[in-house]
Amino acid sequence: MQADLSVILPEIILSIYAMIALIGAVYTSKDKAAGLLVWVTAVIFGILGLWIMANGSSDRVTAFGGMFIDDGFARFAKVVILFSAAAVLVMGQEYMARRGILKFEYPILVALAAVGMMMMVSAGDLMAVYMGVELQSLALYVVASMRRDSVKSTEAGLKYFVLGALSSGLLLYGASLIYGFAGTTLFSGIIAAAEGGHAPIGLLFGLVFMISGLAFKVSAVPFHMWTPDVYEGAPTPVTAFFATAPKVAAMALFARVMHDAFGGVTGDWQQVVALLAVLSMFLGAVAAIGQSNIKRLMAYSSISHMGFALMGLASGTALGVQAMLIYMAIYVTMNIGVFAFILTMERDGAPVVDIAALNLYSKVQPGRAFAVLILMFSLAGVPPLLGFFGKLYVLRAAYDGGLAWLAVAGVIASVIGAFYYLRIVYYMYFGSEGAGLETGRSPVLWTLLMASAAIMVIGIINLFGVEAAAQAAAMTLVK
Amino acid sequence: MIGLEHYLTVAAALFVTGIFGIFLNRKNVIILLMSIELILLSVNINLVSFSSFLNDLTGQVFTLFVLTVAAAEAAIGLAILVCFYRNRGSIAVEDVNVMKG
Repeated sequence: MQADLSVILPEIILSIYAMIALIGAVYTSKDKAAGLLVWVTAVIFGILGLWIMANGSSDRVTAFGGMFIDDGFARFAKVVILFSAAAVLVMGQEYMARRGILKFEYPILVALAAVGMMMMVSAGDLMAVYMGVELQSLALYVVASMRRDSVKSTEAGLKYFVLGALSSGLLLYGASLIYGFAGTTLFSGIIAAAEGGHAPIGLLFGLVFMISGLAFKVSAVPFHMWTPDVYEGAPTPVTAFFATAPKVAAMALFARVMHDAFGGVTGDWQQVVALLAVLSMFLGAVAAIGQSNIKRLMAYSSISHMGFALMGLASGTALGVQAMLIYMAIYVTMNIGVFAFILTMERDGAPVVDIAALNLYSKVQPGRAFAVLILMFSLAGVPPLLGFFGKLYVLRAAYDGGLAWLAVAGVIASVIGAFYYLRIVYYMYFGSEGAGLETGRSPVLWTLLMASAAIMVIGIINLFGVEAAAQAAAMTLVK
Repeated sequence: MIGLEHYLTVAAALFVTGIFGIFLNRKNVIILLMSIELILLSVNINLVSFSSFLNDLTGQVFTLFVLTVAAAEAAIGLAILVCFYRNRGSIAVEDVNVMKG
């Protein structure tokens, strides 16, 4: 018992902190403490992230009879989740405070969502998967409708809730079938039930339902309908959060379920995941072309990026998981930078989301415009920026995994997708005279934008050691 | 004799009813919430019948988790719905259309 508890210590600390902060804020200063709570939560995320990074033994530790797995893979995902969540929290603080939507519940709900995400990536049992997914989702439904007096925000929350609950239902129905046909909910038992490369038909049905539920969570086509609306309707800091940590957690959970529970029947899920990947890449690339709202554009961009990450998973090899992890880490870094910029976009104190407002932005703010240019090139996958290496890894993994057609499709989708990223750059440098744009003076947002752009350039030297870490992480997942 | 497959058939029928309730319903958001409950209950029937068939308690433990979480989920769904109603003045599904997606 003592040993079990020490394995989940980071999660325990975070959930106790969330509860104490909730009670404390309710009984004292309420929303006046919100700004402080944001910073405290971000610092705790940072400390836990560093702790998990430093404390990582390379072996696989299980707790609670195999329900909770702490291995290199889980630790890699947790570090990315915690750091990105901390960055996003700090990013949104000023934006929300100025518009009077900084409630003290916000950092607490984000902390609870983070506990759910950590649970997801460490799950070793269908019950743990469900509890993690629900803890994360329930917190996210609430933060999506944070702005209670806005139709858009509550509508976003409502849509997210209905479709999220449907996806949980699909996932759960799959879990019940898997339980029935494997006789256990433990991943170690499920993989034993599918021994010898063929699984009973009931298990395959469960697998397909499970994949559908997970595809909802990573917003892969054809389960992506909620993404653009939720991204558009939710307050921008919340959108930034949606685009980063939960995506990493969902993708890591996807890889965890596929490899830990169904690693013996790779051929059965490979084709499904490859199909999801190719559809997401193309729909994300094509549908974004017509968008003028930058938040909707980022939603389609994230759908497309999820397609690329799924491509890594579809290859079904350790190299594929490694590529997926590297891709997600790069994707999150790029998105933090882009959203740090979107949060600064305003005119007369009101937020602006129309990309036409970026016309000739380079004349006003050459430094920021250049940083955005780097980020857009990186999102598009233009060499030699970091985003290109992310794509290169997944393409190589897909090719080595025998999915050459998928790699070719990925290259084509990436070329189509480059159009709308480059259109933003075109507006900034060669656009026509427009209404102009003010970008506030927030030092935090400026730092994050510049840091993210700098990482895209400097990172090409050695990826900051992420490659080796991701390789070690992938090796613990794929045997 | 009523066997496992009868229970599974009932659960599958409930599950499909729930899914159709979500996609075909054009009237009221409350019906969506009811459909979601229906899906979760079909899962519970599945779990309990498998649990009794396999002589294994795990399924019933799972069911208790699902029941609890379903209650929390319904509470949050209704809370969001109340906020939406205050802003929009309607809970008809066709009025959930400020953003086109």
